[in-house]
Parts: sequence; C-alpha cells; structure tokens
Amino acid sequence: MIASLALILLAQLCGEAIARGFGLPVPGPVIGMGLMFGFLLLRDSARSPLPRLLPPPLVDGTLETIAKGLLANLSLLFVPAGVGVVGRLDLLKTQGAKLAVILLVSTAVSLLTTVLVFRGVSALVDRRGRKDEG
Amino acid sequence: MVGNDFSLWVYLARTPLLWLTVTLTAYVAADRIAAATGRHPLANPVLVAVVFVAVVLALTDTPYPTYFEGAQFVHFLLGPATVVLAFPLYERRATVKRALVPMLAALAAGSVATLVCVIVLARLFSIPQPILVSLAPKSVTSGVAMGIAATLGGDPTLTAILVILTGIIGAILVTPMMEALKISDMRARGFAAGLAAHGIGTARAFQVSEVAGTFAGIAMGLNAFVTAILAPLALHLFS
Repeated sequence: MIASLALILLAQLCGEAIARGFGLPVPGPVIGMGLMFGFLLLRDSARSPLPRLLPPPLVDGTLETIAKGLLANLSLLFVPAGVGVVGRLDLLKTQGAKLAVILLVSTAVSLLTTVLVFRGVSALVDRRGRKDEG
Repeated sequence: MVGNDFSLWVYLARTPLLWLTVTLTAYVAADRIAAATGRHPLANPVLVAVVFVAVVLALTDTPYPTYFEGAQFVHFLLGPATVVLAFPLYERRATVKRALVPMLAALAAGSVATLVCVIVLARLFSIPQPILVSLAPKSVTSGVAMGIAATLGGDPTLTAILVILTGIIGAILVTPMMEALKISDMRARGFAAGLAAHGIGTARAFQVSEVAGTFAGIAMGLNAFVTAILAPLALHLFS
C-alpha cells in the first residue's frame, strides 16, 4: 500500500513541478494523471524490465485496488470544499436569484451541447468508417 | 461536571480527529441514503453530506477554518484521486482512442457554448463585471477556475462557490436529462458530465457506469485546459 501511495504522490508531485515550472494552465494533478498513464504503458509493454525491478505492490494489482478505492469514493473528497460554500453563501446575497438562473441554464446548455455534439460526430465517424469498409 | 465536559470539548476541537470523523461519518450516512434511494440524482452524496456537516458546524458554533484543519486530509486526496483517473483511462484506452474525434468536437462545442451562455446571460441580467469574471470559468475544476478568475480580476472565493454549486447542479441534472433525451451512449453521457460539472460530475458518472466515469475524467482534464485559454478571449470579445 505504501509503495502505491508513494507512486501516486510522486506522479502528483512531478505534475505540480511541471505545471508550475512551465507556468502551464493545467492543474498539476492532471499532468500527474498523464505521467501515471505513461508509467502504466511502460510497465505493461512487452519487453519492459520494470515488472522485475519494481516493488511487487506496483505490479501485482495492489496499485489498481487503491486507485479503484479512491475513485469509488470521489464524492467524499468534495465535502470539505462544499462545507466551505455553505459558510460563504452571503457572497451570493445581492445577485443570488440571477446567479441561480445562470448556473442552472448554463449547466443544462453545457450538458446538452456536449452530449449532442459527441453523439452527432460519433454517428458521422461510424458511418464514414462503414463506408470505407464496404 | 460542566467544566469536565468543556475541557473534553476544548481537547477535541483542537485535534483533526473530531472533524475528520464528522466528515467521514456524514459521507457514509449520505452514501447510505443515496444507495437506499437507488442512487437517485437528488440524493447526491456530496450535497447530503455537506448539509449534515454544515448542520453540525452551526449547532456547535464551529468556524469553518477550525473544521477545515481536520477535513483538509480528505480535501488533500483530491490531487491523488485526479492522478488515479489514469487507471480507468489506461484500462479503456482502446475505447477512448476510437472516440477521439467525437471527444475533441464535443470539447470544443461544449466549452464554447458554456462560456457564451454564461456571458450572454450575465449581460442580460446586468451582472457587474467582477462577478461575471468570477462566473466565467465555473465549469472547470476549482483549482484552475480560481486561477483563471484571479488572473482576470475576479474573486477566487466567489468562483470556488460557483464551481461547487455548478458541480452539484450538473451532477443532479445529468441523469434525468440524458434519460429524457433517451441517450444511452455512456461515453457521451460521461463526457458531458465531466465537461459541465468537473469532478463532482465525474463522481456522479462513476456511480452510473465506469465507462461514463472514464470519459468524464478525460473531459474534466481537457476542459480545464481549453477554458483557461478561451475564458479571457470570450470575456474580451463580449465586453
């Protein structure tokens, strides 16, 4: 477990260093995600010597179990920040009703546009793919 | 006796133990409620747990910074949780690769539509400029959104509030909306949830399906990047 946690934190740390070092507009943990993805590719590639060199928990599925556990309880991690919102709702007092309408409408528009464009383009790509085959 | 109770309280209030326990217990209770309602969108575990904790804080007259000293250990895990989004992404990399074109198209359309919609509505309602700037990046994960707002002259605290509220609204809206539209493609549903409602939408997506969660995680990461670039541009064009 400790080896897995250390690896996850190391990925995040490198991500933060890269994000801050280069002044990138991407959060460090997102770069850390990319680094972890790269690690998994390297670890599992056919001729990789990594499985023999790495501590067993990083190879035998322990790492995966910890990752799944964290993601299964992703909601928990937003609770402290959410509680902070309750204490600062006074900031919304002057424009509260208008902001509520904007948040509701724009979030609905955001969901709708994204899902419809995804589906439309996906159908288009599928159709072209079939044409190429046939 | 009263003195004894008081010294116990003073001790507990000073260590992270109490508020860490309260946070975890509130979440476990909220998650049980969510499970009992068959993961009904309105029984959103973030929303319910936040209400529980807020009630405890109000009853005990505890200031937020005191609470956060304990809860910060949970908050800290947001970073590692983002890193481990690499695992479902890696497991499903073939599926993700096949969906690359629809993903990029949906990313461009979704992030532009969100920004334009927010700015146009805010202008319509004559929202003051500093609040508008704080509002613009609201679909992006909070760390990045606060950074964008601060750079453009907004109020990062207000942004954090709007981001969390957007996340909860999106997580509640997404399932009923997709069901009403009869959209069963979990890739598209997840991607929309992550783009519109960042991590809270992603948490919801993982409850519905792992494919949806994977695509939500990707959308969250990509939208943070795109909105950081587009928000200043959009604000400039529409003001």
